[in-house]
Amino acid sequence: MSLQQSTSQTFGPYFHIGLKPIAVRLPAGAKPVVITGRVLDGDGKPVSDAAIETWQADLAGAYPVQPADGSCPATSTLAGLGRAPTDAEGRFRIDTYLPGRVAAPGGAHSAILQAPHILVAIGMRGLLKHLVTRIYFPGEASNADDPVLKLVPADRRDTLIARAEGGELHWDVVLQGAGETVFFDC
Amino acid sequence: MIEVYRRPMQGTQPEYRFPPYGSTAKRAPTRPLVMLPHTLSETTGPVFGHDSVKASEFDLTAGHADLPLGKRIVVSGRVLDDGGKPVRHTLVEIWQANSAGRYRHPNDGPHSPLDPNFTGCGRAMTDAEGRYRFISIEPGAYPWRNHYNAWRPKHIHFSLWGEAFTQRLVTQMYFPGDPLLPFDPIFNCVTDTKARDRLVSSLDWETTIPESAIGYRFDIVLRGRHATPVDR
Repeated sequence: MSLQQSTSQTFGPYFHIGLKPIAVRLPAGAKPVVITGRVLDGDGKPVSDAAIETWQADLAGAYPVQPADGSCPATSTLAGLGRAPTDAEGRFRIDTYLPGRVAAPGGAHSAILQAPHILVAIGMRGLLKHLVTRIYFPGEASNADDPVLKLVPADRRDTLIARAEGGELHWDVVLQGAGETVFFDC
Repeated sequence: MIEVYRRPMQGTQPEYRFPPYGSTAKRAPTRPLVMLPHTLSETTGPVFGHDSVKASEFDLTAGHADLPLGKRIVVSGRVLDDGGKPVRHTLVEIWQANSAGRYRHPNDGPHSPLDPNFTGCGRAMTDAEGRYRFISIEPGAYPWRNHYNAWRPKHIHFSLWGEAFTQRLVTQMYFPGDPLLPFDPIFNCVTDTKARDRLVSSLDWETTIPESAIGYRFDIVLRGRHATPVDR
């Protein structure tokens, strides 16, 4: 049996009513990281109505597993899930942590590990389907060998790597034009 | 070896740039997307438990001093993957305008009034068969500035997580026979009429509550897992 997948539609400008901010839960022993940035449109103007949704592994590079028997647990495991809206200046802030390294494409038990990263979905008015991108961390030696970063043209990789600035990390989302952020077909 | 998710089927998903929807002009990416292989980051997602929602959150007409204005509706359906498998115990979040077409949001208005008895936000979990159910009121259509005399047809926003990040879907449910549908660029963002029809709910006497609320059925299909493992 094959059913036709439902069509994506825009988050619209009023998603805040239904999609509340979600604070990332820091695992015990995690190194806190603050990531701030702005979302900018094709005119360089701030996007004040975007939702930034983030998903990341735990310190060991592992993710929660759905119950194999299809049951519903009493308590949720949201783990490395976050959601932050942009403000009137297009700014967002993610209070999170440096995740562990996740197995590379091709297998959960692959010997190759990905560099630490955060998977990001971005929804807003004017996007009929959400954008998918990733945030990588500056100064990580493993960035050089990351199998996903290697798929990105070399001159655009820096759009996925946050910049260290005064004890925080800074990562902008540039929707169009010079310095356009790399978005993925996921 | 991990299971990957099927890519979107031909014709089911809109392009980012879609000139009839004016806001896409400055927001749609202009560079080609990079194909992302599915790793554990993409094939996992949060696990939703019974504590995800309060039992009262399925009823958007409750929790205020009085009932909201408007026609009461029951919105229910199933969440399935494209292989027909129910998506069990996943979070469904909805938001909508009130019966006058006004969102309880600082940036909306003043084209029509707020309703003190309506917030417009609901949450529910799917059950073991992928079923969900909300009670609400029929939202109103409302004007917007996309083009001359632009009005959005009545709709309810739906957000789903599924079991994996790749299943994430935000969509909108429309109402059958709405005369504004043929003129709405968001509804018409795909040319496949079957894909569009999937966004339109159907009148459902089975879920209608006599002398109280009229039923609309809305099924949602998320991307399913690929049968073939990718280990090489």
